[in-house]
Amino acid sequence: MGTFGSLRTRAVATVAAAGALALVVGCGGSDDSVTGGGKKDGKVVITMGLYGVMGIKETGLLEQYEKENPDVDIKAEIAGDEQTYYTALQTRLAAGNGLKDIQGIEIGRAKEITETQSDKFADFAGMAGTEHFLPWKESQISTEDGKVLGLGTDIGPMAVCYRKDYFEKAGLPTDREEVAKLWEGDWTKYVEVGRTFKKDFKGKDVAYMDAASGLFNATVYGYPEQYYDDKGELIYDKNPAVKEAWNLAADAAEAGLTAKLRQFQPGWDPGLANGTFATAVCPAWMLSHISEKAGEANKGKWDVARAPKGANWGGSFLGVIEKSPVKEEAKKLVAWLTAPEQQAHIFKELGNIPSSQKALDADDVKNATSEYFDNAPIGQIFGAAAQEIPDKQVLGRKDGTIKDTFSQGLALVEQGTSRDEAWKTTTERIEKAVG
Amino acid sequence: MATSTTKAPAGEEPPGPPGKTGGEGTAPRRRGALLHRLDIKGAPYAFVAPFFVVFAAFSFYPLVYTSWISLHRVELATLDVMEWVAFDNYVELWGDSRFWNALQNTITIGVISTVPQLLMALGLAHLLNYRMRASLFFRVASLVPYATSVAAAALVFTMIFERDFGMINWALGSVGIDPVDWEADKWPAQVAISTIVIWRWTGYNALLYLAAMQAIPADRYEAASLDGASRWQQFTHVTVPGIRSTIVFTIVLSTIGATQLFGEPLIFGQGPNGVTGGADNQYQTLGLLLYEEGWKNYQMGRSATVAWAMFLLLVLVFVVQRLTKRLRRTS
Repeated sequence: MGTFGSLRTRAVATVAAAGALALVVGCGGSDDSVTGGGKKDGKVVITMGLYGVMGIKETGLLEQYEKENPDVDIKAEIAGDEQTYYTALQTRLAAGNGLKDIQGIEIGRAKEITETQSDKFADFAGMAGTEHFLPWKESQISTEDGKVLGLGTDIGPMAVCYRKDYFEKAGLPTDREEVAKLWEGDWTKYVEVGRTFKKDFKGKDVAYMDAASGLFNATVYGYPEQYYDDKGELIYDKNPAVKEAWNLAADAAEAGLTAKLRQFQPGWDPGLANGTFATAVCPAWMLSHISEKAGEANKGKWDVARAPKGANWGGSFLGVIEKSPVKEEAKKLVAWLTAPEQQAHIFKELGNIPSSQKALDADDVKNATSEYFDNAPIGQIFGAAAQEIPDKQVLGRKDGTIKDTFSQGLALVEQGTSRDEAWKTTTERIEKAVG
Repeated sequence: MATSTTKAPAGEEPPGPPGKTGGEGTAPRRRGALLHRLDIKGAPYAFVAPFFVVFAAFSFYPLVYTSWISLHRVELATLDVMEWVAFDNYVELWGDSRFWNALQNTITIGVISTVPQLLMALGLAHLLNYRMRASLFFRVASLVPYATSVAAAALVFTMIFERDFGMINWALGSVGIDPVDWEADKWPAQVAISTIVIWRWTGYNALLYLAAMQAIPADRYEAASLDGASRWQQFTHVTVPGIRSTIVFTIVLSTIGATQLFGEPLIFGQGPNGVTGGADNQYQTLGLLLYEEGWKNYQMGRSATVAWAMFLLLVLVFVVQRLTKRLRRTS
């Protein structure tokens, strides 16, 4: 028994030690393909990493492409929240692992990508059939030496979405043309209308707007420069545009015009569904969110009016990873997805405004109306707003982070902190974030 | 447990000292004996090797590497570009009000969550210890929250604590109390987060206490009742001293857990507010500060510094606890 026991002990011990060694060695191994895509059995597999509602998968474009190109198989993975998506993308770019062949890039990250990751993305410069974009769109994703790291999907021209029934109860006009006239040319007029609304609204528990941060973004994105100047220097603390937007949003917050909600966070959705606010500054891509969350019950109650001033809030690009084994096929797919016809298709299905000048000029885009928003001529409203967007838009590396930090600072004002103190806290936080 | 495993190989050792077998002289036998000795002496190490190899790869190496990173300025996107800054990150952290705020929040949330949790667990265990019908059902039921993932639990509680349409504010409203802004106000937020922690861990601790309670010999209770001790006196004088070591164990576990609190506030805050622990950092814990530095500000050096600060904090707590124990013993 003793010998047998020790033999067994020895065997188990050897296995244990070997197993331990294997564990360590195993960690060093790596995959052949860095992107998960590749060519297998005559089929091309292309992987995509997307976020939010970009409309590419939702409107059936991928299936259409697969049908037209039977040898292509597309696998798209969609993250809900862009911040989570981008954090993962950063980690994967740093590790050179776990990437997809095609990656979505949000406008707030474009500068960081062009400045720090340009060697990891394929170049679209000079690719045939990609000359149809708005003049400023492609320059946002280009490096200084002329490399183009992606093609544009949508842009974010601005309008104001408002509840007609609430406007009526406050004795305000409800027709979208007349409403637009109320605040034409100046965002401060939009806040003034809010004061009237608060004073005259008959009913209870309805705020004029959802959040001060929405107004802040709308105002600040109407200027060519926000947080950085065109030399890449940080100017968020001295740019008069930022200060103006901050003060206007703080005015609205202090006057109690906001529902103190946080946009795109869960509390905002029931707010839409239950109608706790009367207006929201809405970039084109927000329409699909509002119609989905406010639901059938509120159909026809919402309408869209022109914003006081043109501004661009949001929009995205599609880039291709340089190391992808199916780089050329992926570039071809991106060019097809961002072609005028497909952009127009997404617009008609979801309301995301094309970044392609050619698509914007197409008749069926120009004449499009939204059934949900009481047949508002969204093609005309957002198309006109798109032309008002400043031609020069300076992006900065940490635009996205700085924007989020300002939103939080305005939330502080909404909760009763003085605007000077909130400004101080915000700039201190930004210093930490960019340092 | 530990003693029985270390004794097992020793028990298999043949009688007689090993030197005697070596003295027999013939070569094969000597080699056999050597192998045998190696077997006896080496096998235990081989058995524990898997744990230590895994520990080295996934705990010790990251620990050391983290300390190396914390002495540099490193960004997440460019991990290979490291700029030596010595102890700058630590100095900066020491002077950073966000660190002290996070430390304070970690402590207050830790106290609000741990104290009621352990007291309730003790009471629950005491009740479960009674002879009753369907005791197995209740024991399993008390463990269910523990088996729920943090994300699911935190998400549900976030909806319950929602300001405009949450269940709790609705209930408060129906008895005429004004709605509470659970996320934006400091103490309500900390209480809400503590509620998630309490809900998840009370059952788990109760089962640990229950197991310890069942190991208390019944004759102690008999003797106590003969002496005329009431139920409550039995509980305080027999049960609690009987499970003392388990109580200490749960306190240690809860303290470690509270120091590392992360998932609950992150999900409770939702989006950007989750990362910063509220717009005013009103419920940002050290774990969240670490995450904010690393995955929002992309400063891995500063993030690693927070990680080390958390580690040193636990070491400090341990040392202080040891010292007070020793001091109490000598006095």
